[in-house]
Amino acid sequence: MLEVLLYHPNSYLFLIPGLPLLAFLVIAGFYLRPERERIAPAFLILALCGSLALSVRALLAVAHGELTAPVSFEWLWVGRARLEIGCLADGLSSIMLVVVSVVSLLVQIYSIGYMKGEIGYGRYFAYMSLFSGSMLGLVISDNLLQTYIFWELVGICSYLLIGFWYRRPSAAAAAKKAFVVTRFGDLGFMIAIILIFSQKWWTFGFQQMAGLAASGRIPTEVGTVLALLIFCGAAGKSAQFPLHIWLPDAMEGPTPVSALIHAATMVAAGVYLVARCHFLFALSPVALFVVALVGALTLFLAATMGVAENDIKRVMAYSTISQLGYMMMALGVGGYAAGVFHLTTHAFFKALLFLTAGSVIHALHTNDMWKMGGLGKRMPITSITCLIGALALAGIFPLSGFWSKDEILSAAWFSDLPGHWVFFGLALATVFLTAFYMFRLWFVTFTGEPRSEEAGRGHESPWVMAGPLVVLAALAVVAGGLKYVVPGAGVGFGELLAGGRGEEHVSHVAVVLSILAALAGIGLAWGAYRAKLVSSAAFNRRFPAVHALLKNAWYFNRGWELFATRVVIAGSAIAAWFDRHVVNGMVDGVAWLSGWASRRLRLAETGQVQFYALVLVAAVVAGLLAVFVRDTSVIELFLVRR
Amino acid sequence: MSNPAVIPIHAYLIVSTLLFAIGVLAVLTRRNAIAVLMGIELMLNAANINFVVFWRYGGADKMEGLVFAVTVIALAAAEAAIALAIILSVYRRFKTVNVDQINLMRG
Repeated sequence: MLEVLLYHPNSYLFLIPGLPLLAFLVIAGFYLRPERERIAPAFLILALCGSLALSVRALLAVAHGELTAPVSFEWLWVGRARLEIGCLADGLSSIMLVVVSVVSLLVQIYSIGYMKGEIGYGRYFAYMSLFSGSMLGLVISDNLLQTYIFWELVGICSYLLIGFWYRRPSAAAAAKKAFVVTRFGDLGFMIAIILIFSQKWWTFGFQQMAGLAASGRIPTEVGTVLALLIFCGAAGKSAQFPLHIWLPDAMEGPTPVSALIHAATMVAAGVYLVARCHFLFALSPVALFVVALVGALTLFLAATMGVAENDIKRVMAYSTISQLGYMMMALGVGGYAAGVFHLTTHAFFKALLFLTAGSVIHALHTNDMWKMGGLGKRMPITSITCLIGALALAGIFPLSGFWSKDEILSAAWFSDLPGHWVFFGLALATVFLTAFYMFRLWFVTFTGEPRSEEAGRGHESPWVMAGPLVVLAALAVVAGGLKYVVPGAGVGFGELLAGGRGEEHVSHVAVVLSILAALAGIGLAWGAYRAKLVSSAAFNRRFPAVHALLKNAWYFNRGWELFATRVVIAGSAIAAWFDRHVVNGMVDGVAWLSGWASRRLRLAETGQVQFYALVLVAAVVAGLLAVFVRDTSVIELFLVRR
Repeated sequence: MSNPAVIPIHAYLIVSTLLFAIGVLAVLTRRNAIAVLMGIELMLNAANINFVVFWRYGGADKMEGLVFAVTVIALAAAEAAIALAIILSVYRRFKTVNVDQINLMRG
């Protein structure tokens, strides 16, 4: 271990997750107390600057073909399996490392302003450093087992940060819900790991397993089962249908947490995992179809839910679910680079959108967009950066969302999966819905007249918060250019990812259709909420069922509740009966048997000491007789005279 | 040293066997705890005779037989002291030393 860490030329990779984890130890160890916690963020920001610099170095090294093999050391042996802790820097992970450290750094700077004066300021930054380190560790990990360890670490950080204001019952409940629902999926991930171990490949390394898959030594059905189980974990983490219900509630956490964990990085970990294990999914058309189907359902359903939501953070949460659905669908329909590209651009513009929402909430102390309005004049930076984020999300040329979303639509267009036209149709309809709900939010929040006293007194956030907004807005504008050239690498995004494979097709029809759909969505939002040409209230009166359906998010929470109260309770009643009567019966049976036997045996205990002595003597005599009978020479010994 | 041929070894062994049998009989049949104790002493002494005889007729140049006999005598003394103390306290508790009537441990 030490030789690798000290002497390997690429051991700096370990520092990328290592620095924030070190910051966590320092903050958690020394800077939690109120009188010292003010400088806690300095450690984290310093560590993240280091991680960012090293991530960029890794990205450049990958682009120039200098980093190919993982850097790893032995952790332990289990049977013939050598378990390792290692770092794998390839196109996928180095891009993701840079994205995570950039967004994390900006969000932490923003947090200094947003969390100022909160109780638990030091604790917040301790959790955030643990999260940043774990997330970077998840991304850089070179084997599935290590990924799983960091996977659960980011899960627990998510739990801790959603429940940061744990005195609020709704926050505590949301944290619990997020933890339990993602656990549903993680179970599948864990079973996948156990299955891989039982396959006797004696490795969890991504490159080794990819090698096995490439040489055709993984049967299709094994690949299908493993891919689907891993997808269970990914669907839980990335809030895919039907496990998406935890993400809107996760908005109970502080807004920078939502921006970092529940928009840009952790929820993208599921997509990342599917991309990382793409060699397994590629073995199985069934698994790819399931991924595409779940992604397509998620992206459409979540977008419809976002249309009827009034809490600005929850609108964005549904939007995140929907965009994660896009990424999953892209991976399913064969647009590997498209999915990862959308992950990258989405990380920037969705983090931006959440931070602008945080800026508004910081100023107004409410989440309800109908209590806002007219904030554009009082919060110009927030308003304009939010508009940029919304345009990028809607996919308007030439912002970053346009490039990545069109790659996904083209991938669906050209896909050879059965039913890819349905996927394309859903994705296109969702482009319209996305533009509509995002501009509904923007028009209601930033234009018109203030609808409450607080909105009239709104003020721009301090520079420590506005600065990251501007940087992220700039990234949201230019990130689309990564498609053609990654700065410093000299190659485009797709080539960097695939190691120099050709460019993907772009369907011009799909591009034009998506721009038209986005413009139509923006136009409808303008008509309904700015110009008041059409009335949403009239629509709701006309179609009350549709409104109720959307307002209640397709009743998924009710559905899960029914599932939990009926199916799970009924199942546990059966299990309880089995436990009480069969398992307990066996235990009681053993106890009864020994009781019965001892009631019989106690009759031998007469309490008469001479009876015991008699038994003793009789036993000795019997023993001697037995010896004599078996071996007459002993008798002879007595008879022979000396 | 006397001539071992004068009295044959089995004469001693018969004596010690009879002594042992009497001891066993006393232990198994006497009601009085002190008589039981005396039976045990008889058994110990029977064993002692055997030790000494086998020493004398076996290799008399080795001392094990004698050492064992002396050890058993010391042991018997200690055992008698403790057993009598137990019998005394049993008497205080039950007002009898009849072992038939002392059966608190009956199952």
